[in-house]
Amino acid sequence: MKRPAVIFPTLPAADPVADPARRRVLKLMAASAALAGTGCSQPPAEKILPYVNMPEGLVPGDPVYYASTLLRGGLGMGILVETESGRPIKIEGNSAHPASLGAADAQAQAAILTLWDPGRSRTVMHAGRLSTFPALQEGLRRRMDEEARRGGEGLRLLSGPVSSPTLLAQIGEVLERWPGARWHVHDPSDSGARASAARQVFGRPARAVYRLERARVVLSVDADLFGPGADGVCNAQGFMQARKGSPRARLYALESTPGLPGALADARRTLSPAQMEAALHAIGLRLGVPGLAPLPPAAPHRAAWLDRLCGQLRAARGACVVAPGHSVSRRAHLLAWRINAHLGNIGHTVIPIAQEMPPRRDAGRPSDEGPATASHPATLGELVDEMRAGKVETLIMLDVNPAYDAPGELDFSQALSQVGCSVHMGLYRDETALLSSWHVPKAHELESWGDARSHDGTASVVQPVIAPIYGGRSLHELLGMLATGTSGSAHERVRATWRSIWEEVAGKPASAGAGRPIGQSGAQDDNAAGFESWWQATLRRGVLAGGPAAQALSPLPDAFEEEGGLAKDKEASGQAGLIAVFANDSNLIAGEYADNAWLQELPRPYSKIVWDNAALISPATARLHGLESGDVVSLAAEDSPSRLLAPVWIMPGQADGVVTLPLGYGRSIAGSASPGHGFDAYVLQPVEHGMPRRTRRVGMRAAGERHDFACAQPQKALHGRKPVRTVQVRRRPEDAPDVALDAAVSHAGARAARSGPGDQPSLYPDRRYDGYAWGMTVDLDACIGCNACAIACQAENNIPVVGPREVALGREMHWMRIDLYRPEDEGRAQFQPMACQHCENAPCEVVCPVGATMHDSEGLNVQVYNRCVGTRFCSNNCPYKVRHFNFFQYAATDPAAAAHANPDVTVRQRGVMEKCTYCVQRISHARIQAQKEDRRIRDGEVVTACQATCPTNAIVFGDLNDPDSLVSRSKASTRNYTVLEELNTRPRTSYLARVDDPAAQLEEDDG
Amino acid sequence: MAENDMDTTAVSAGTPVLGPGWTAGGVTDKISHIVLGRGGPWTRGWKAHWRWRGALLISFSGVLVLLSASAWLFMRGVGLFGVNMPVAWGFALGNFVWWIGIGHAGTFISAILLLLRQRWRTSINRYAEAMTLFAAGIAGLFPIFHLGRPWFAYWLLPYPNRMELWPQWRSPLVWDIFAISTYLLVSLLFWYVGLIPDLASLRDKARSRGKQLAYGLLALGWRGDARHWQRYESAYLLLAGLATPLVVSVHTVVSLDFAIGNTPGYHSTIFPPYFVAGALFSGFAMVVTLAIPLRHYLNLRDFITMRHLDLAARVMLACSLFVAYGYASEIFTAYYSGDAYEIHMTQDRFTGVYAPVYWAYICCNVLVPQILWSRRMRRNVPALLIISLVVNAGMWMERFLIVVQSLHQDFLPSSWGVFLPSFWDWVFLLSSIALFVWLFLMFVRYLPLISMAEMRGLVQETSREDLR
Repeated sequence: MKRPAVIFPTLPAADPVADPARRRVLKLMAASAALAGTGCSQPPAEKILPYVNMPEGLVPGDPVYYASTLLRGGLGMGILVETESGRPIKIEGNSAHPASLGAADAQAQAAILTLWDPGRSRTVMHAGRLSTFPALQEGLRRRMDEEARRGGEGLRLLSGPVSSPTLLAQIGEVLERWPGARWHVHDPSDSGARASAARQVFGRPARAVYRLERARVVLSVDADLFGPGADGVCNAQGFMQARKGSPRARLYALESTPGLPGALADARRTLSPAQMEAALHAIGLRLGVPGLAPLPPAAPHRAAWLDRLCGQLRAARGACVVAPGHSVSRRAHLLAWRINAHLGNIGHTVIPIAQEMPPRRDAGRPSDEGPATASHPATLGELVDEMRAGKVETLIMLDVNPAYDAPGELDFSQALSQVGCSVHMGLYRDETALLSSWHVPKAHELESWGDARSHDGTASVVQPVIAPIYGGRSLHELLGMLATGTSGSAHERVRATWRSIWEEVAGKPASAGAGRPIGQSGAQDDNAAGFESWWQATLRRGVLAGGPAAQALSPLPDAFEEEGGLAKDKEASGQAGLIAVFANDSNLIAGEYADNAWLQELPRPYSKIVWDNAALISPATARLHGLESGDVVSLAAEDSPSRLLAPVWIMPGQADGVVTLPLGYGRSIAGSASPGHGFDAYVLQPVEHGMPRRTRRVGMRAAGERHDFACAQPQKALHGRKPVRTVQVRRRPEDAPDVALDAAVSHAGARAARSGPGDQPSLYPDRRYDGYAWGMTVDLDACIGCNACAIACQAENNIPVVGPREVALGREMHWMRIDLYRPEDEGRAQFQPMACQHCENAPCEVVCPVGATMHDSEGLNVQVYNRCVGTRFCSNNCPYKVRHFNFFQYAATDPAAAAHANPDVTVRQRGVMEKCTYCVQRISHARIQAQKEDRRIRDGEVVTACQATCPTNAIVFGDLNDPDSLVSRSKASTRNYTVLEELNTRPRTSYLARVDDPAAQLEEDDG
Repeated sequence: MAENDMDTTAVSAGTPVLGPGWTAGGVTDKISHIVLGRGGPWTRGWKAHWRWRGALLISFSGVLVLLSASAWLFMRGVGLFGVNMPVAWGFALGNFVWWIGIGHAGTFISAILLLLRQRWRTSINRYAEAMTLFAAGIAGLFPIFHLGRPWFAYWLLPYPNRMELWPQWRSPLVWDIFAISTYLLVSLLFWYVGLIPDLASLRDKARSRGKQLAYGLLALGWRGDARHWQRYESAYLLLAGLATPLVVSVHTVVSLDFAIGNTPGYHSTIFPPYFVAGALFSGFAMVVTLAIPLRHYLNLRDFITMRHLDLAARVMLACSLFVAYGYASEIFTAYYSGDAYEIHMTQDRFTGVYAPVYWAYICCNVLVPQILWSRRMRRNVPALLIISLVVNAGMWMERFLIVVQSLHQDFLPSSWGVFLPSFWDWVFLLSSIALFVWLFLMFVRYLPLISMAEMRGLVQETSREDLR
């Protein structure tokens, strides 16, 4: 280091610190001592000002909710965002939105963490160097001028699936302005089979909307019916409505790997995807679907269970659903359409609606199969071909990451290097961003204006709730920049789209149409005022009210021409060796949530693995190959040199000969949470018709290595215990639906329903509750194990993330965990949400030496964090083991974490115990409100975070002192029981037993 | 002043508890010279001296490790240990119970055997008491190490505070605080009161000013006056009376930490007597472990005789049988109760993850001590040393198993887990042993490890017996 004297030669050379003389040192010491005594300087004088005019409706400490929309696979899911002093902190469902109906799934709940993720991209990058938006604008303008000279022949747009009316209009504009340009769509979780089958049936892009609430029998064929797709919440809610009805709706699941429908199903069969196709064919034949080729006699589809299943479907003609999923072939999707059509389900329980497309100004053009038209998106495969051929000069990638999630066979990264100018817009500086000439940080949905259509076509607004935290822009702004040279305002753009929607809805003349300057005439002023009030109301609701229903379609007359027999008889008979199925991860989906630490640490419903993916194989396959969970195998495609090292996990309920490879892991870069976990299954993924294929034949051999998984629940067997109880349906016509259940647990139920003294003796006197007595029930027959409650709880209660190492040690912090049990008799998997039971005779309270866990006057078992010294005796003594300990300083203390923390909930220090509080902050909130209005808290006024988000309303919370409250009525059910009742802990949380319907089973040994 | 003037003629005859030919003065010289470094083992050659120094060096580095590990622990958090959910208590609690158990034998030997007038206790009570103090002190550290927020450990004490908050009296951990602190206090008093006449002897024999001053201050002006002796005797007996119930109470209360809990494997009424017996067992094993090198290196075979070792071995054998009864009764109760959780816990002990530990301690605590039925083996010093070490290890494993295995598979299978000790768990266990060794080495060097006053009495008694 240079001394100042050298840098500034005029300064005297004597540096008292570097060259001290004795007297000087003494002087300095004296001076320092004297200065230390005089104290530090005052804080800088900075004036702060209170509100002069307080913003209307903003009370500090009171949350404000805004309606907005999250996107899932391009489709909208309506939400409400809770903001505290302008900071979005929590997401709830929007009951006005058809994809939410007031609930939200785990991914929606976790979106708040992505919004605040400090690992998100913050700056424009150009050729690996920092750049700016003006530079980008200039660069794009020059590029587009060049393209204009060639008519856009070299311009390509690549996006994910799009339903947003504004975005579609903007894409349409670009395609119109540069006629040579083309638009490609890449969805890593879509094989195109579904869309292609629908196109054949309806002659145009279409998708099915299920109305499960009207169904009596549902057959799920490897379908992600209950999530994590955009319609999962809606389907779960609809099916549960049907199941609670009379007669009880039935669910059958054909699965290649355990999924959520399987746990809920009355009967479940494990089949490989090819076997499912054959099974659908067999079902079609049995039901008499016309024009189906006969099956070879040796096929294993002659099973008796198929007969019974067909009997059930036939009996529910017009009120059943055959729902095929991602993994099955185009032919299976076609078969499902045919069966649904044959049974008269179409238009009743299965509603086909038209897929959103950019507005077409060239109406005469043919639209179905064949080369993509201007408004008809082409595939990723076609794009890569063109890139290789050098036809692509400018590639605009809108919120996609094909360098990571394109099938390995395409080798997108290599093709990208042949593109002159590539622009990538995304939330993260991901794999594609690094390879592109430009990277533009994208604003999160909660930071930008936009719109979307839900799975059933309902339009909703994406409303920002905060200015871009990390300075991103929206897709609309980028496309605006592309089309007009200036980014313009996304707000104005969206309003312009919605003005035209409003004109349609309100039947106004199109004279004051979209985007045009508003004139001076009175009629236009009226129009403006009318739109403004309608727009305000729509923003409040978040959803287009009374919009035109999505266009329902009916099959083309010649849709069901048979195209030959089973393509893969060999696979169908199970003799084909190993089939790899590329499946969406239940948490990260196809990788879009890979940077979300909440979802990373959320245990998978069946494996309970966190922070990792595993090649799932069945126990029989494992025996055949001599593998154990954690053994690393080398998976090699039979027809290409690509191979993949992946650790296996033995999954009961997995189809033999099927290796399920969850996508979304093995990231090399991106934000803070994703790199270094799991393997990248895309490497092995093949392409079919330019789209990712979902299955591939592979060879597997042990690689001789071991991998340690972090598993949140290693023990899934029941060991003869009965934490989850099951009752059987008694079917007598005179029985009301709820009483129709066998009274096998009624004794326990009746006891648990009382909040009075227990039957068993206790050393301590019974407590009296004069005010409220809070309690909860969890309906195990309604729980689908979707994990939404766990993330809702994490978001609401500032629960920290601990990382895979700590989870492997058994230190996960989820207050609400979903226990999974697999009965020894191979019965259905059972989910049981487990949080603090708030025992009346709480074993934890007795043993705490400092009184840090106490019973309050309303029966809550409260944890006093600042009194806790951390003996952990309470956890030892808790038979439910629902207490969680801060072994280290787990809670993040960085500003981003502090910003999205719920201010009503303490952030816990290291060394203290924590657990479910029944969302005591929400109780307090309701109590304050009730006291202000001088009344009791009404039933349903306190909604816990888990209850609020539950798609099936399995959780009920309320006051047990009120005999008419929902929870009191729920506890009066004969299905009501408490877990570990024999310990006389008398929990406040009780469970409603699962219901078994013997009549619905397909075989004696089914379950 | 000089106590050895009292009866210079009395010469001990060869009795089982004291070698022949010892006079009061000889006994005093022999023992005090160890401390004062005169003609004793330290000056006899560099060998003993350097052995001691070497051991001191090694154990002191262990102490430094313990200090730095505690600093790291307090900085980072208790997650350094292998504890988790469901096994929230691990090595720290096992070590705590083990050390407390070791601390048991001292008071048993001093107080109960004194009251029962067992003369053979005389030559071993002093160091056994020192052992008790050190072990109980170390035991007291572990609950603090194990706390999530150790800086608030004092909240477990009932002290007046402005929030008017008291400990939660229903918790056995609060009872524990009282049991252990009382035990430590009474043991310390008992040990110190017993030391006073000897400290006075050292003061009188010391030549350097510093030692005279130090021992003189500690001797509290003892002059060997008859009134002093009379008051000393009654105070000592009173303290013995006070200490006697504590021998039973302290480990009873420690056992309640577990027995009050509802976890299968903890929740058992046999625990208090079973823990006390186990404590005596490990305590006596530690007495033997310490006695054998002491008598060997410091040449004390005349004072700590084969008779002592034999008697200690017999106590170990008795304790072993009692402990075996405890093990059997636990198994019987589990099956007799028909409680599925208890039965599962018991079967898990036999065959589960921790089964090797279970069978190892059954071997160490039940099978191996049966060798002691043989008189020949009781008098075989190397064999005794090995057996005592085996018992110590066995008792540690028993504590570990009770603490950890009971928790790892309790009521709901979903929460089951496995505890594996971390690097730091071992560091704390081993460095606590180092601390114990270091304290003991210091004690041997600076305080008389055998009560000179009582030994002189023993010389008198045995010589009179001889006259008879």
